[in-house]
Amino acid sequence: MKKLVILGAGTAGTLMLNKLRGILDKSEWNITIVDMYETHYYQPGFLFIPFGIYNKKDVIKPKRDFFPNGVDVVMSQISKIEADKNRVLLENGSVLPYDYLIIATGTKINPEETEGLKGKLWHKEVFDFYTIEGALALANYFKYWEGGDMVLNIAEMPIKCPVAPLEFVFLADWYFTERGIRDKVNIHFVTPLSGAFTKPRASSVLGDFLEKKNINLIPDFSIAKVDNENKKIISWDEKEVNFDVLVSIPTNMGDEVIARSGLGDELNFVPTDKETLMAEGYDNIFVIGDATNLPSSKAGSVAHFESEILTENFLDVIDGRKPRAKFDGHANCFIESGFGKGVLIDFNYTTEPLPGKFPLPGIGPFSLLEETKMNHYGKIMFRWMYWNQLLKGLELPIESHMTMAGKRV
Amino acid sequence: MATVEILGKQIEVDSDGCLVNLSDWNKEVAVEIAKSEGIELTEKHWQVIEFMRKVYEETGDAPSIRKLTKQSGVDTKELYSLFPGGPAKKAAKIAGLSKPKSCV
Ligand SMILES: Cc1cc2nc3c(=O)[nH]c(=O)nc-3n(C[C@H](O)[C@H](O)[C@H](O)COP(=O)(O)OP(=O)(O)OC[C@H]3O[C@@H](n4cnc5c(N)ncnc54)[C@H](O)[C@@H]3O)c2cc1C
Repeated sequence: MKKLVILGAGTAGTLMLNKLRGILDKSEWNITIVDMYETHYYQPGFLFIPFGIYNKKDVIKPKRDFFPNGVDVVMSQISKIEADKNRVLLENGSVLPYDYLIIATGTKINPEETEGLKGKLWHKEVFDFYTIEGALALANYFKYWEGGDMVLNIAEMPIKCPVAPLEFVFLADWYFTERGIRDKVNIHFVTPLSGAFTKPRASSVLGDFLEKKNINLIPDFSIAKVDNENKKIISWDEKEVNFDVLVSIPTNMGDEVIARSGLGDELNFVPTDKETLMAEGYDNIFVIGDATNLPSSKAGSVAHFESEILTENFLDVIDGRKPRAKFDGHANCFIESGFGKGVLIDFNYTTEPLPGKFPLPGIGPFSLLEETKMNHYGKIMFRWMYWNQLLKGLELPIESHMTMAGKRV
Repeated sequence: MATVEILGKQIEVDSDGCLVNLSDWNKEVAVEIAKSEGIELTEKHWQVIEFMRKVYEETGDAPSIRKLTKQSGVDTKELYSLFPGGPAKKAAKIAGLSKPKSCV
């Protein structure tokens, strides 16, 4: 029996498990998946929790509901990957030898990386919304908040779902308008980037949105610390921004197991070949999803596109061939822009988001880099697609390689 | 593609003002780019610039601020006083590299 071990049963691990169990012969391949938690969180839903649009039960399901038959499931923390010995050590004491390994351990927030961020105001007046705990605490806070300075701060790039902070301020603008206190709330968007977003065309369109929605953009701000006493954030070059409530996107890092295993870069992301998705320096380890160091967005849609490339390359490699499929960095993100509308962006390593129609050229129904109601429905539909198609490794109606058809240059 | 004149030579730059061709870079050019950013290069600056070029040669990408602070021997605070307004971006520009890819 050949052994495939998948580390992490989040978006990417679960969908690889489903894809490969369907393809690999059960009499030849044993597949094991490892995760430390029983619950699967629909992370894109965390965005909506602070505004009372979703609650906890809208974003959780048991992980086991999404595992196919005929696989070994181990619930344990992963202690160490011994890549030179082709085995994985688990906290529960077991040792998993493998012929092939897929690392899908994702990324998580590390507020400890910023002085004072996890201080006495943490989850009281300083929040994150990248965890279920943070999103719920913030929902509770917003319900009773009467206004003041709301500061959204991105600590450091890269972060998963790089559009989520923008969506957050757009939704906040809408939410406080609905509550009738928008005139009492100042929204500040404080980012280490030089504009609203990383890619120039999208940055300028989204920057205009910020202005139109009366959201104050403070660019080039690299946070050094949070002053809990005086309620302000201070940058390395000593700029200061006062807050009544701080919504932080803390430093995103790969799991410590990557560092413990000596497989990571300075943020515990695994150096990965950007086209083949194989871990650099190893011919039997693949990496997928947020755990990679690829210069693509860390998003569920990206994990889906990667999964098609990884599957092809996996089949090449187990046949003793060179991997032939090449990932192009394709990302496709719906951006909630508030008031029941949304924007869609579609891009890859080399092509920045452009305007146009998607997925059918000239028809849509979605519009690229433009605000429409249809794009908002796309985002809402994404949750259904995520649970019912994406996690199960089924085909989605979008090509894994980005296409220029329908885009206006 | 835009060009700028540095030391009497027309040099191609991108929209961020970073050199398009690595081969156009030398120490004199670095001094001029730094001047246009209002920075007078000291020994500490060179330590950072040389570290950046080394990382670029090894990995094909300019290092992030985090990597700079962890490995260049200059701490974050000092990096910001050496390269006001964004050490990773500014130092990369002076080192003749485009800005780190980690900004996705
Ligand atoms: C607020 C927010 C909004 C988002 N919005 C969108 C969106 O609109 N569209 C979109 O496409 N994407 C969105 N995303 C991003 C998307 O959720 C992630 O990119 C995706 O879940 C990545 O999948 P993954 O499998 O790489 O990581 P994850 O799904 O995070 O899975 C990693 C798994 O590994 C396990 N693990 C890690 N370390 C260990 C260990 N040592 N031992 C045992 N188990 C371990 C974890 O328990 C986890 O289950 C959003 C994310 C957030 C936070």
